[in-house]
Amino acid sequence: MSDCTRDEMMTIAAARLLWDGCVCFVGIGLPSAACNLARLTHAPGIVLIYESGTLGTRPDVLPLSIGDGELAETAACVIPLPEVFAYLLQAGRVDVGFLGAAQLDRYGNLNSTVIGPYQAPSTRLPGAGGATEIAAHARRTFVMLKATPRSLVARLDFRTSAGFLDGRAARARTSMRGAGPQAVITDFGLLTPAPDTDELQLTALYPGATIADARAATGWPLAVAATVETLAPPTTLELDTLRALQARTREAHRRPVRLPA
Amino acid sequence: MSAQRVVPLAEAISTHVRDGLCVALEGFTHLIPFAAGHEIIRQRRRDLHLVRMTPDLVYDQMIGMGCARRLTFSWGGNPGVGSLHRLRDAVEHGWPRPLELDEHTHAGVAAAYCAGAARLPFAMLRGYLGTDLANANPRVRSVECPFTGERLAAVPALNPDVTILHAQRADRSGNVAVHGIVGAQREAALAAQVLIVTVEEIVDELPPAMNAIVLPHWIVTAVAHCPGGAYPSYVQDHYSRDNAFYQRWDAIARDRETFRAWMDEHVFGCRDHAAFLARLRAAA
Repeated sequence: MSDCTRDEMMTIAAARLLWDGCVCFVGIGLPSAACNLARLTHAPGIVLIYESGTLGTRPDVLPLSIGDGELAETAACVIPLPEVFAYLLQAGRVDVGFLGAAQLDRYGNLNSTVIGPYQAPSTRLPGAGGATEIAAHARRTFVMLKATPRSLVARLDFRTSAGFLDGRAARARTSMRGAGPQAVITDFGLLTPAPDTDELQLTALYPGATIADARAATGWPLAVAATVETLAPPTTLELDTLRALQARTREAHRRPVRLPA
Repeated sequence: MSAQRVVPLAEAISTHVRDGLCVALEGFTHLIPFAAGHEIIRQRRRDLHLVRMTPDLVYDQMIGMGCARRLTFSWGGNPGVGSLHRLRDAVEHGWPRPLELDEHTHAGVAAAYCAGAARLPFAMLRGYLGTDLANANPRVRSVECPFTGERLAAVPALNPDVTILHAQRADRSGNVAVHGIVGAQREAALAAQVLIVTVEEIVDELPPAMNAIVLPHWIVTAVAHCPGGAYPSYVQDHYSRDNAFYQRWDAIARDRETFRAWMDEHVFGCRDHAAFLARLRAAA
């Protein structure tokens, strides 16, 4: 991974998990980059949905917000937001939901609400947004999160979005329709749930990353799968496409906006 | 239908937005009614219960200027940038006054607006599952389906005293046409007792719009002509979102003194939104 950053590797690893034709509920930041990279490389028929109601959008540059004009202008259609959540997400018409968070625990539960007690937080985070119901109803979710002992924690300060709850099929006993987090894409590699316990375990590393790196970055005793795959380094096509997308995005966001008269 | 439905923004706010009311300024990233928010600040309204799915910069400004006692919301960040520092300061330190939170998910607020628009007492959804939100907010409860026995989440309907929107255009009778990303604006409009809409332009006749979103004149209380009224958010086919301003806001709002100085100059120091935009153009 000599000339590729960990952010780029995370984005490319996430893009590879998507397939042509999948219906994908996109979040801002790394997930948006990953979904558009997939669209521009191996998955031209991917259907991207942003929660602002833009369906089948094909942005030329990455949006800063979930509702930039670029998303509406390049969408197949734009629908009201209540329909996105009720008719598409809750109805089970989304294949993949992408999530991020401030904290993740060993069962893939997520916190994006507060650090510290809810009534007197030391840090107030933005909150749930679409995440809680994406976590419940997308057929599967992928979580993207940079690993530090403060983000991969033994115990969440607040559970904003459900992963596998307390594990061992606890999720399957609820009315959540989706299968939950099937991969956590972090900056050393991938965690995936163990079939019997639902506990996340290390199953893949990026080239150059080690099991010791992963353990050092995780705030609980990290389980390691019997076989840990080493992911292929980025191809020239992946890296060139991603960097061109990022360059177009930087250029577009730098361009001064004409103030309305 | 009267010509008086079209009124100056300052008059619409002074007539309808009273201290203590429940007020929703909606617009999901697109069409955020900043001019109306600034006018509420200028008129020094207090004790408002503010409702918005994404508080965004407009509520960061109103909360930081002490307009709000309570906030109903579902995602309180600066999109793609980070925190809303004035919202955080109010929650973490009670500055400039404590702020009660009525916190939900997007799906929950969207459903609550739909119930409010239909004048039903509550909304139900398969939501808030397996989370601490339902424990943190006593207004998130559950009901049992009378047919299957399934437990479903229930949230009370949202019926703002006043909803304020921004849109592309209205005609002189007060019919309002909206296109682009529409968020939950139509539901928030129909849920309200009073609906104020600021618009980019007022035209003699709206183009035919069989399936487009039109708010008919008999649900619109007041229309104010307010070009640029959604800046620094955007208006499809009129002007783009000023993403650089959203990035600059992070530094302006991080510090109480910098924030107050910016508001003094750009809101209290400008008699209306046109003057605010002229000041930004002069500084550019």
